[in-house]
Amino acid sequence: MKETLVEVNDLHINFEVREGTVKAVQGTTFKINRGQTTGVIGESGCGKSITAKAIMQMIPHPGKIVQGEVLYHFSDKTNPSQEEIIRINDLDPDGSRIREIRGGEIGMIFQEPMSSLTPVYTAGYQIGEALSLHRLVPQKLGDQMDSTIQKYRHVTKKEAREIAIDMLHKVGLPKPERRVDSYPHELSGGQRQRVMVAIALSCDPVMLIADEPTTALDVSIEAQILDIMRDLQETEDMAIMFITHNLGVVAGMAEDIIVMYMGKQVEHASADDIFYNSKHPYTKALLQSIPKVGRRTTDRLASIKGMVPSPFELPTGCVFHPRCPSFMPGKCDQIVPTWQEVEENHWVSCLLYEEV
Amino acid sequence: MLAYIVRRLGYALVMIVLVSFVSFLIIELPPGDFLTQKLMELQAQGDRSAALRIDEYRARYGLDKPLLERYWIWASNFIKGDFGESFEYERPVKDLIGERFTMTVILALTTLVISYTVAIVGGVYSATHQYSLGDQAITVLAFLGLGTPGFLLALIVLFVAVVILKQDIGGLFSREFQDAPWSLARVWDLIKHLWIPALIGAAASAPAWLRIMRGNMLEILGQPFIEAARARGLKKKTVTWRHAVRVAINPMVVILGSEALPGLIGGNALVAIVLGLPTIGPLYVDALQSQDMYMAGTVLVFIVMMMLIGNLLADLALVWLDPRIRLD
Amino acid sequence: MSDQQIADQEIFEEIKEAEVNQSYLSLVWWKFKKNKLAVVGGIIVLLFYIVCFFFAEFFAPYQLHETKEYFRAPPQLLRFVDEEGSFSLRPFVYGLEETIDMELRLRTYENNTDVKYYLHFFVPGEQPYKLLGFIPANIHLFGADPNVEGSEMFLFGTDSLGRDLFSRIIYGGRMSLWIGLLGQLLTMALGVSLGTISGYYGGATDIVVQRLTEFVAAFPDIPLFIALAAAIPVSWSPQMIYLMLTLILVFIRWGGLARQVRGLILSLREREYVLAAKSAGATDRRIMFKHLVPGTMSHVIVIATLMIPGMILSETALSWLGLGLRPPLTSWGVLLQEVSNVRSIRFYPWLLIPVPFVIFSILAFNMLGDGLRDALDPYGGR
Repeated sequence: MKETLVEVNDLHINFEVREGTVKAVQGTTFKINRGQTTGVIGESGCGKSITAKAIMQMIPHPGKIVQGEVLYHFSDKTNPSQEEIIRINDLDPDGSRIREIRGGEIGMIFQEPMSSLTPVYTAGYQIGEALSLHRLVPQKLGDQMDSTIQKYRHVTKKEAREIAIDMLHKVGLPKPERRVDSYPHELSGGQRQRVMVAIALSCDPVMLIADEPTTALDVSIEAQILDIMRDLQETEDMAIMFITHNLGVVAGMAEDIIVMYMGKQVEHASADDIFYNSKHPYTKALLQSIPKVGRRTTDRLASIKGMVPSPFELPTGCVFHPRCPSFMPGKCDQIVPTWQEVEENHWVSCLLYEEV
Repeated sequence: MLAYIVRRLGYALVMIVLVSFVSFLIIELPPGDFLTQKLMELQAQGDRSAALRIDEYRARYGLDKPLLERYWIWASNFIKGDFGESFEYERPVKDLIGERFTMTVILALTTLVISYTVAIVGGVYSATHQYSLGDQAITVLAFLGLGTPGFLLALIVLFVAVVILKQDIGGLFSREFQDAPWSLARVWDLIKHLWIPALIGAAASAPAWLRIMRGNMLEILGQPFIEAARARGLKKKTVTWRHAVRVAINPMVVILGSEALPGLIGGNALVAIVLGLPTIGPLYVDALQSQDMYMAGTVLVFIVMMMLIGNLLADLALVWLDPRIRLD
Repeated sequence: MSDQQIADQEIFEEIKEAEVNQSYLSLVWWKFKKNKLAVVGGIIVLLFYIVCFFFAEFFAPYQLHETKEYFRAPPQLLRFVDEEGSFSLRPFVYGLEETIDMELRLRTYENNTDVKYYLHFFVPGEQPYKLLGFIPANIHLFGADPNVEGSEMFLFGTDSLGRDLFSRIIYGGRMSLWIGLLGQLLTMALGVSLGTISGYYGGATDIVVQRLTEFVAAFPDIPLFIALAAAIPVSWSPQMIYLMLTLILVFIRWGGLARQVRGLILSLREREYVLAAKSAGATDRRIMFKHLVPGTMSHVIVIATLMIPGMILSETALSWLGLGLRPPLTSWGVLLQEVSNVRSIRFYPWLLIPVPFVIFSILAFNMLGDGLRDALDPYGGR
């Protein structure tokens, strides 16, 4: 049994804007275990990035958590036996506690590698920023009986540079000892994303949140970045929350997959179950819209009919009903489906699997 | 780098020659120059030798020579540090400017420091607290400031001081310190007088700069690298100042070169006139009004020179500040 | 396709175009309306132009050069309640009594509480005037009771020649606002055409225009203004000075606008519709003024609106220094010439009343311009 790392319980996030209220996240509930990769899938605007930002307590203005909680099971790296549960949404978003977690416990990679690095600082400087905040090195004070008394101190500038070079080497950047002094504009998109990965992983985080990390990259670079993440995960034993709208990308990465639609999670199961035994009509529709290699067909690629509804006027009942191929009039447009476990570890929110 | 500086200096030199010639033209343009007027005045007073003395002047400054030659004489003297003589004061322009130079620079620098601090701190606060009460207050104040140029504000301040508070606020020194040697008491007296024109000058220039800073900051704060920096666990202060401000500051550097440096000499001439300050600005306006051409021409050329140098320095500073900018 | 069909097609396209324009304009209007500050600014600007520019003769109780035997009289307060405490619905002012302080060599005025001049609306003036330049009239919006001999009403006091300051501020506004508008129109014409030509043709034309703007920009604004204004011969007629001053304002300011327009043209030049027009054989002039210039208009209008305050302020500053407009022309700056020293501020502070009017109009233009910028920029997120 793997230990739980992050728990998201019935999370609701609203954005109050002049035109009305956007319910960006409605009742998301899931757990991420240590060392486990969870994929979060959905169209843009479905609340997947906002959920990830809630874990970092970085919800952009004017978003607010109106209900629910995010729990983080914190165990001190220098003293792993003690575990403490932190309620992240209670923390001051600029306070020192959450800043320890950001970067130190949870690393994050973003969608736009082209503009995710501050243009006026070198790659090494930006890796160093994270290192000097979170990376501690043991310092031996002396032996006492059979145990060693150790103290931890922050890294020095010189050490930071060495670690930075080492990290750049790990993420596969050629000539890291030169690249460390490169400014972002001197790097290509793929190289910048590697630097982002290096920053995120430089402080040995327990978890990595990757928010569509390869969307802006071309396919060959995408594959390389994914390989690096997979390799590093194996060696570092790190949990990954992988957010994407691309089922193909997540297939090879995740053990667990959460499917989201319009701020709600509609299905949550193991990757195999999602791909071979999907329950929710939305998941099925998504799967049908992936082109498959080797399957000759004259059929056109399926697409989900209809339009994404306006975020200000969400449909009644099940939010997917206007576009759902299995729409049951009189039920789906009136009754909100509940989140329930239909098989072991297979959760779904659909009236097809409910007795109503 | 060096080649770039040399090229830019060469360009600046050409500009200075052109600009100084045009300045010379502008100043020379009005018909009925100072000396003719002076001659008429003196003759009206019954000064018999006036014509003789004026002719002497004309010969000395080569005023009877053709335009290009006059410019040449003036320009070559200018390079040697001889800026000619003020007709009105009948003293070398160099001395007149020199007397006022220190006070002008002290006032301009004080004003600059205040307005830059207000613009940057206010702009950053306003942008990081967008739509908050503070932001709205700053925006309203900036708007009011934009609508109130320095000399009108100076008139209002003068009105408040003289009519309502019954206070005398003109000048830079109290009467007893006017010609006193420098002492701690005199410095204190200067500070007591200086803050009013400095604040007025700052109130006139800061709002526009603040709006620029705010706009830039808002744009930068929306960039992904700000979020990425926060996600690294950096302090809010570090994210704001080391990442956002550092990138958003470029236009402020440009302003520093193109507006603030020439302002050191030109200063806020109109404010200085209202408050009766002994700076170069009023001297310049006065010289233009009385067509005291060497006086006016010298100041104009100096201001233009400061502007060209300021632009060059600003460009170099940008290259140093922002690795994306390359010299070409 | 028959001729009829082609005609139908053309009509259809015209309607479509009108619809598109309609929707763009209504979108702009809708965004503009949401910005309350901008709407207020727009209304104030409109009021200024109506009161000062078009109907000054009607709104001002006195005519521009009408002098009275009251020199530098202080403003008379409009009252509803008199010294004895009795209330009158029709407001009135007390008459003025002149005293001369021999020691200070000052003429001062005191309220004479025995004499009350009541405010009346639509009173006939002493001399007829021509409304809008051609409608003969002699009615003023308000004034002192016309049936009482010698009744006067100076709400903002009088100047050194005994002219009503209230009226002069309204007339002064006409000149100040006009120089702002005219100067700006000329600046726009020069800036847009040179910017367009420079951006469209590129090459040598571009270089010449670019160098020219750079050269003008090498001079600092205000000192150059003052220098050029000082170069206007004193002996010229006020009208000539006015014209020259406007031209100087234009000369110094066109460069910035030209540079911005050039930048816009450079990006518009490569758009498909321009290439299409070119391949259809349209002349350069047609492409420039039918296709390119309209594309820059929203930007230009915004920049122009935001530049008008600078124009008004420059005129005010120059006239105040005595280098700009001169009497008998009357602008706000000319009115402020009367308060060029501490003595006049101390003894005749009401002569500063034009100052809030200048500031108010500048603020209104700025608010309007800011709102226009937000409204006309469809991609402006903020």
